[in-house]
Amino acid sequence: MDAHESAERIAEVFADFQSYFSKEQDLREEIRSTVRELEQTAREIHAVLQKVHQKDGSENVVNVCKSTESNFETARKQFKELSAKIPENQYYRFNDHWKYALQKLSFLSALVTYLKTEKLVSREETAAMIGVKLRQAEGFHMDLDDYLIGLLQMASELSRLAVNSVTAGDFHRPMRIAKFVAELDAGFRLLNLKNDALRKRFDGLKYDLKKVEEVVYDLSIRGLKPVEGT
Amino acid sequence: MLAEDVDQQKSHISQCFQEYQKELDCRHDKHERLVKLSRDVTIESKRAIFLMQRSSGSNKSDEVLDQAWQKITGIQQQKFLPMAKELHGEDPHQFLRAYSAGLQEYIEAVSFYHYLKSKTLVSLEQVQSDLTFTAQSDDTEPPQEKAISVHVPPSEYMLGLADLTGELMRFAINSVGSGNLDCPNDVCAYLRRMLGGFESLGQVSREMNRKVYTLRQSLQKVEAACYTLQIRGSEIPKHMLKDVFRSVPGAESSYMEERDLDE
Repeated sequence: MDAHESAERIAEVFADFQSYFSKEQDLREEIRSTVRELEQTAREIHAVLQKVHQKDGSENVVNVCKSTESNFETARKQFKELSAKIPENQYYRFNDHWKYALQKLSFLSALVTYLKTEKLVSREETAAMIGVKLRQAEGFHMDLDDYLIGLLQMASELSRLAVNSVTAGDFHRPMRIAKFVAELDAGFRLLNLKNDALRKRFDGLKYDLKKVEEVVYDLSIRGLKPVEGT
Repeated sequence: MLAEDVDQQKSHISQCFQEYQKELDCRHDKHERLVKLSRDVTIESKRAIFLMQRSSGSNKSDEVLDQAWQKITGIQQQKFLPMAKELHGEDPHQFLRAYSAGLQEYIEAVSFYHYLKSKTLVSLEQVQSDLTFTAQSDDTEPPQEKAISVHVPPSEYMLGLADLTGELMRFAINSVGSGNLDCPNDVCAYLRRMLGGFESLGQVSREMNRKVYTLRQSLQKVEAACYTLQIRGSEIPKHMLKDVFRSVPGAESSYMEERDLDE
């Protein structure tokens, strides 16, 4: 091959990459704009749920949760919009963009479910609430890590709720929260975590658990602990 | 909530988490296996590159190149084939971080081979087709042949090419010692074109910026060599020129250091 041909080949390689790269940039920009909307929806839901920490809100938990339903509907629409933009089999090429929003919405769905039913949200329920698929093979899905990180965020929020429930005069709720967070902790202890984001978040769980246990302790030594079954 | 309910929920939670444990372990194991394969690819590719670097000194360079190609096909069959099997049915980008280092080193070796063989730049299509294999599919009856591959994203290919330029610089400097005085000029022209290409891309990634910075330094070393060749070429016997080039800072020594590190 002579020098001229070789020069042409190099020019060709770089031109190909240039066009590939600018297409990728355009797509990333589109993804970013949808993700921004999703994050806004998540923030709105979070803001509404803050009411449960106040006295009048904690008595109206069911209504507070209900009022978030329309926002979850919006989130489902936005995820649908987002998933339409991702080429098949390229979820992980771009998932850094929406990972955070997905975790936050997983957290919010877990919190709403706990407030409504005092149960742990299942992976299926979370996926259905925020409008993503359960399995990778089915399309735009939720990573197991993101679901689990959502649960850990919920534990933090619940430890705060335990404190605020006492302030609001509800001594039953902290007991139930303590039990629930302890179960969650036992569950997470079953996992073999690597040194990654999930592990880092899990390391915070023990502080949340400790805080809830302290609330229970404070109630107990002052004789404020409610009698079982009342 | 009744006590029974509580117990039920408790066992339900632990059941779920046992399943999650399996899923996480499975993915971590796959990741680990890919990292191991990638590390092997890196080591083997480096060896192939060193072998080709030595071809500059010998008059049997064709023979050395054939040996190098054997090494490269060995890497394809023994390392990339199992990797392709691991990656089959997965989103290739999910595990890219696990095998990116090995892949780049391999691209460096292959593109170096093609440069030495025919002075061509190996294309992305060529690299990809080398890493596409046919395998027997187990799940259909009768067994059918299917194509499995290790996906080569364009950005990895470009990063591999950026590494190639460092090898070309070393090759150019070494080849002076063996009496090939045209080589530095050829390489110099080639590197200039590559640098022009990379600079026209603008901001791509931090990794790319770092490599382009190194490329510019490599080019300067080759340019300095060409200059010395021009100036001193007339006054020193050929066999002594190599000693002159040993004093070009960084060129020979970084090659030696890297070799000590790996072998």
